[in-house]
Amino acid sequence: MSQTATLETTCPECAASITPPRRVLAGEVLRCPGCAAELEVTSANPLHLALAPEVEEDWGE
Amino acid sequence: MHIGLLHSRIRVEERLLIEGFAARGIDVQPIDLRDVVFDLVDPAPWRDFDVVIDRSLSLTHSSAAVRILETLGVRCVNPAAAISTCADKLSTTLALVRAGVPTPRVTVGLSEQSALRAVEALGYPAVIKPTLGSWGRLVARANDKDCAEALIEHRYTLGGVHHHVLYAQEHIDKPGSDVRVFVVGGSSIAAIRRHSTHWVTNTARGARAEGHAVSPELADLCRRAVEAVGADIAAVDILECPRRGAFVNEINHSMEFRNSIDTTGVDIPGAVVEHVLRIAQVSKETELQTSAGQTSTLRVRQAGMPVAGAVR
Repeated sequence: MSQTATLETTCPECAASITPPRRVLAGEVLRCPGCAAELEVTSANPLHLALAPEVEEDWGE
Repeated sequence: MHIGLLHSRIRVEERLLIEGFAARGIDVQPIDLRDVVFDLVDPAPWRDFDVVIDRSLSLTHSSAAVRILETLGVRCVNPAAAISTCADKLSTTLALVRAGVPTPRVTVGLSEQSALRAVEALGYPAVIKPTLGSWGRLVARANDKDCAEALIEHRYTLGGVHHHVLYAQEHIDKPGSDVRVFVVGGSSIAAIRRHSTHWVTNTARGARAEGHAVSPELADLCRRAVEAVGADIAAVDILECPRRGAFVNEINHSMEFRNSIDTTGVDIPGAVVEHVLRIAQVSKETELQTSAGQTSTLRVRQAGMPVAGAVR
């Protein structure tokens, strides 16, 4: 499992400061409090965020 | 015990499953399918996994990955055959029909002309669904011939080729709600009733859910439905007709459950984790027997792989 993320980072869309409210795992999706963009955790420690992929046609349950 | 968890995103569901395995001291490895290269003749990278659970959002990725892993001798939950059957509404209906499980009447047309005849055979209103798709996307109700003609023209003009299999389902006049039953290892562990003022009752489309008690009759219906598609773990959607009883509408192979835990008071991820571990134990014992017989693990796992529904 990924390590605990303790670092602050910035939104790649609007540059707002982001600190995860709890431990996050690589692959989780956060919402930017500044611009509401969906951000994927690409690395938990150090914390890196990228714009999350758009929902695709074959996604579902 | 070593469990792999295939994913595209870590949603609440995946996080709860990972935490559930970890809380039981189980080594669980999240595997982002976007990062994987599969060597189709080399099972070595996967040999240590007792079970791989598929939680990818992408049907395309799930289907490819699980087919490959099963060929490499890895027990997957759900099995590839169950994924392909559940993901395609036509395949689901055919499996239910073969098993004699009550399901709404379906007609299929393969051209614009036969598609309209297929809808007309059901009468109006009729429900037109894409065979592939989830979360209620592109599910439409045709209330009359004008509407059906327009929907069919759009499917054949704007849609991809998989929209050219026109799947029409009789409209079941459910009383403002449907029921979703969570089935793990053949047992109905929890259920929700989904209320909506809209005729589509997916929670992804805003339906309100409440806990629902599963009767023995409903549990038996769901067990038969899940057996028909060969799933270890699934969510069964039930439509209730006041006059004709319950019908199995759809079966979901990678169920979402985050909003159903508090609603039902059932630890759904815990039940999933426990069942995956039971399957892993059977898989491990099969491997040990194989080793004792000095036979190739890969070969025997392919031949004697524990099948869905075999573990209760």
